Amino acid sequence: MSVLIYAENVDGKFKKYAFEAVSYGASLAGKLGTDAIALSIGEVAEEELLSLGKYGAGKIISIADSRLDILENAAYTKVIAEVAGKVDVKVVVFASNNTGKALAPRVSVALHAGFVGNAMSLPLEVEPLMFKKMVFNGKAIGYIKLKSEKAVLTLARNSFGIHESPKDAAVETMEIALDDSLFAVKLKDRHKITGKILLTDAEVVVSGGRGMKSADNWGPLEEFAEVLGAATACSRPVSDEGWRPHEEHTGQTGKIIAPNVYFALGISGAVQHVAGVSGSKIIVAVNTDKEAPIFEVADYGIVGDVMKVLPQLIEAAKELKEG
Amino acid sequence: MKILVLISNVPDTTTKVKFGDGNKELDVSGVQWIINPWDELALTRALELKESSGGKIEKVSVITAGSKVVEPTLRKALAIGADDAIRVDVEARDAYEVSAALAEAVKDENFDLILAGIESSDYNNSAVGGMLSEFLSMPSISSVTSVEQEDEGFSVKREIEGGTEVLAINQPFVAIVQKGIAINPRIPSMRGIMMARKKPLVVKEVSAVGALTEFDHFELPAPKGKVTLVDADNAKELIRLLHEDAKVI
Repeated sequence: MSVLIYAENVDGKFKKYAFEAVSYGASLAGKLGTDAIALSIGEVAEEELLSLGKYGAGKIISIADSRLDILENAAYTKVIAEVAGKVDVKVVVFASNNTGKALAPRVSVALHAGFVGNAMSLPLEVEPLMFKKMVFNGKAIGYIKLKSEKAVLTLARNSFGIHESPKDAAVETMEIALDDSLFAVKLKDRHKITGKILLTDAEVVVSGGRGMKSADNWGPLEEFAEVLGAATACSRPVSDEGWRPHEEHTGQTGKIIAPNVYFALGISGAVQHVAGVSGSKIIVAVNTDKEAPIFEVADYGIVGDVMKVLPQLIEAAKELKEG
Repeated sequence: MKILVLISNVPDTTTKVKFGDGNKELDVSGVQWIINPWDELALTRALELKESSGGKIEKVSVITAGSKVVEPTLRKALAIGADDAIRVDVEARDAYEVSAALAEAVKDENFDLILAGIESSDYNNSAVGGMLSEFLSMPSISSVTSVEQEDEGFSVKREIEGGTEVLAINQPFVAIVQKGIAINPRIPSMRGIMMARKKPLVVKEVSAVGALTEFDHFELPAPKGKVTLVDADNAKELIRLLHEDAKVI
């Protein structure tokens, strides 16, 4: 029996969320008294593969097939399901990002395994497995029990953290036969976001709402984000107005994020917005309206005009970072 | 060409969530039901594609799994502009059971494009679109922000980790879509509501496959402590608190 963790690489490197998934999978394997095996698909250097051992993977299975340079869900599913069969899998773990969401449900069908999306804890019970997860956009918590022998889950981001538990890991390369019929997409264009902190990766997020008043007022918000090493985000009305790009829209139907600290600047805090940020550890609100619903979910707040407050915040943040 | 849009019937976003039967299930008394917000965007895009296809796309169908109580939500989709609706008559208890039922209901219908919202606002699993693709052995593309019809096939934009990709793909395929696919969802017009009454709503029976998961119970999160307010003239204090007390910056 084993726990299999899909460790996604981006251009041959693993990112924080892959280490979090492996850390989680290793703890889960410990709880089940079984082995944690990481699975890497694509061209990744041996040294980088071995880095997964630091987070508790005892074995790293590496599959490099040039046809898998592009995420083709059906083919990836076939690979993961075949490997799962070879290692007698009990649970398959994915990070809950674009890739995890694309693959995990398909793999669950291929393995006839119960699926848990956005698990936020190690199992509370082992026989049968029971996990905790957010439901109704964070308005409630559900305890979901597996009725199947195997399980597939995606791990909610930043819900477990990165934990080191070094293992003497070994890399095993494997080949899986893939029929051409599994490949359907052709890459026309790929655009990488560079030199910018990704919203879904960021530990600090600075977000602006209608209280920013116009597209021209974003300079101080961006400066504040830069000083803090934060990503920028916005509420739905702001992206709908075209003040900011849609990729920054945070909330229901937009990005769901869970940073350590979320600054809601001039955001009233409609339920649809809160749905996307309620996983944040600390929420800070600045709003002129002291009755704004954002203050009901905020940990810290300032009642005041964001354009007057921001220069002070920038100055204080600069002093902190330079001091 | 035919498009199918998956519809999930969910409580209105502003619903105050309560649980009944020893916290084992959602208390549905007083709940207003709506089309899942992501599915509404998918339907909007499906209708736009049909309208701009010059007759190449003949039909947009919608489908959901559930008992008769979900029919008003399907009627709303018809009022927005879908041509016909399918209700798969099963009280499915998890995403696996829903997807298996949908797959059985549509496997012989030969839809060219299936659009699914990436997430539903009730159990937040992001599962049904992917599961259905696997049941139907169809290619799928997830986190899709744009679908355009080309002379042959489609051009699809998706978000990947750290960027975006534009892909070419021939039908049939499943697109699991998110914000960007459409910006504002269409709402039913008076005329649409009148016409929806006459549009076909087919009920399909399928064999039961059984769920693979079940909710043991639910709970409401612990109430949040009171917000610590800092004076607007002393905003620097906020940075100190975040650094020294909360230790998050």
